[in-house]
Amino acid sequence: MPSRDSTLLDTRAVERTLKRMADEILELTGGTDDLVLVGIQRRGVQLADRLVDLISASETVRVPRGALDITLYRDDLQTVGPRPVVGRTDLPWELDHRKVVIVDDVLYTGRTVRAALDELADFGRPARIALAVLIDRGGRELPIHADIVGKKVDVESGDRVDVLLEEVDGKTCVVVSRADSA
Amino acid sequence: MSGALGKDLLGLEPLSAEQIKLILDTAEPFKEISERAIKKVPTLRGSTIVNLFFENSTRTRISFEFAEKRLSADPVNVSATGSSVSKGETLVDTARNLEAMRIDMVVIRHGSSGAAQFLAERIKSNVINAGDGMHEHPTQGLLDLLTLRDHFGGLAGKRVCICGDVLHSRVARSNIWGLRKVGAEVAVCGPRSLLPSAIEELGVTVFDHIEDAIEWADALNVLRLQIERMTGGYIPSLREYNRVFGVTRDRLARAPRDVLILHPGPMNRGVEIDSDVADGDHSVILDQVTNGIAIRMAVLYLLAGGNPTLAESAKAAAR
Repeated sequence: MPSRDSTLLDTRAVERTLKRMADEILELTGGTDDLVLVGIQRRGVQLADRLVDLISASETVRVPRGALDITLYRDDLQTVGPRPVVGRTDLPWELDHRKVVIVDDVLYTGRTVRAALDELADFGRPARIALAVLIDRGGRELPIHADIVGKKVDVESGDRVDVLLEEVDGKTCVVVSRADSA
Repeated sequence: MSGALGKDLLGLEPLSAEQIKLILDTAEPFKEISERAIKKVPTLRGSTIVNLFFENSTRTRISFEFAEKRLSADPVNVSATGSSVSKGETLVDTARNLEAMRIDMVVIRHGSSGAAQFLAERIKSNVINAGDGMHEHPTQGLLDLLTLRDHFGGLAGKRVCICGDVLHSRVARSNIWGLRKVGAEVAVCGPRSLLPSAIEELGVTVFDHIEDAIEWADALNVLRLQIERMTGGYIPSLREYNRVFGVTRDRLARAPRDVLILHPGPMNRGVEIDSDVADGDHSVILDQVTNGIAIRMAVLYLLAGGNPTLAESAKAAAR
């Protein structure tokens, strides 16, 4: 049971981290031409929105932002079942030949990203897909890594890492809840 | 398998308003899948679903098959003709044999009211009622609700009149149960010979004149005159029926507001509905067909699902 909470990133630190990530996205993809940011529902979408704002502030170009709900691509329906209400996938443009950056809040086992890659493949064949995550908490179960990482943190499997965002949670920060070893 | 709806979907009468809303809300994002170039998600990969149709059906069976394939399930279609049913095998024996082949779900249409429940009580697979006799046709009721909700933005307080052959209609019963649970007002209109006795006890208003129904309603759900079920003289003639109860352009033109037109199909054009109404600006008949696939995908998905609480925590743990 989680017992010791600590703030990994406060509001200012999240903002600074996202600014650096926006710069790294432009560096990695070589600019905004054919660039698309796709957030994974739910907080990945808000993070992608913030990254789009930061990129457009420096590049004066508004990069398209899509949303991906991976619920229907999960590999564990038979064991835990689906969420009762499926979220919305919104990718209203051709993905062929685009540079797609998937955005999510926390990277853990890699299964969500695998599902996202499967879903993207049903929409087209991007020239390149990169992954940007605010937090990489380790513990991968699949051979997946992020190209752009806001903050890497080593935590135990029972620990929780929660990204809170103003738009969803009323405040912005990243909190680590350590499992009580006592 | 069982999920937020329980093991089976047998009708709208046993569902709560929350369960109906859950199905409608779940259907919304499924619409988008049918718009994709690759109209398929892997959600039910490996599931085998038997479409057991003891009555002829084209659109419902195809709609279920589309829904199953778009969720990557493997559908098997069984009709009464050409199967062991025609050799006298019972419903339960047929289903048990299929279940011994390790199927996951059965979609059943049957001419007898209660057949779906009879089956559901005797097999482990999920059972979905695709129309049983004159009882219920829940997925048709749900797609009607979704179509109305899409158009009006909500269902509470909306006035829906079900017109025509209510007596023989399983669609009418599912509509009445479903609409009333979500707060809509429901009426029926048709010749008394085609209305069940004491229909008022279901909480519906009865109109004897189609003009009164049109004046009252926000939407008309026009039912097919089920000529094949009419062994007695329910109506003098089809011409007479159209003259007295037909939903015509002239009658709609006198309505105090735009009236939405639904029809579960197949239509008898020129009998219960005129062509220029069926194809007119206020007709959402083809939207109903499109929504039917999304509703059936949602029902399959929810019946296949597990515990929502477990799913939420598993999602958080599996990022």
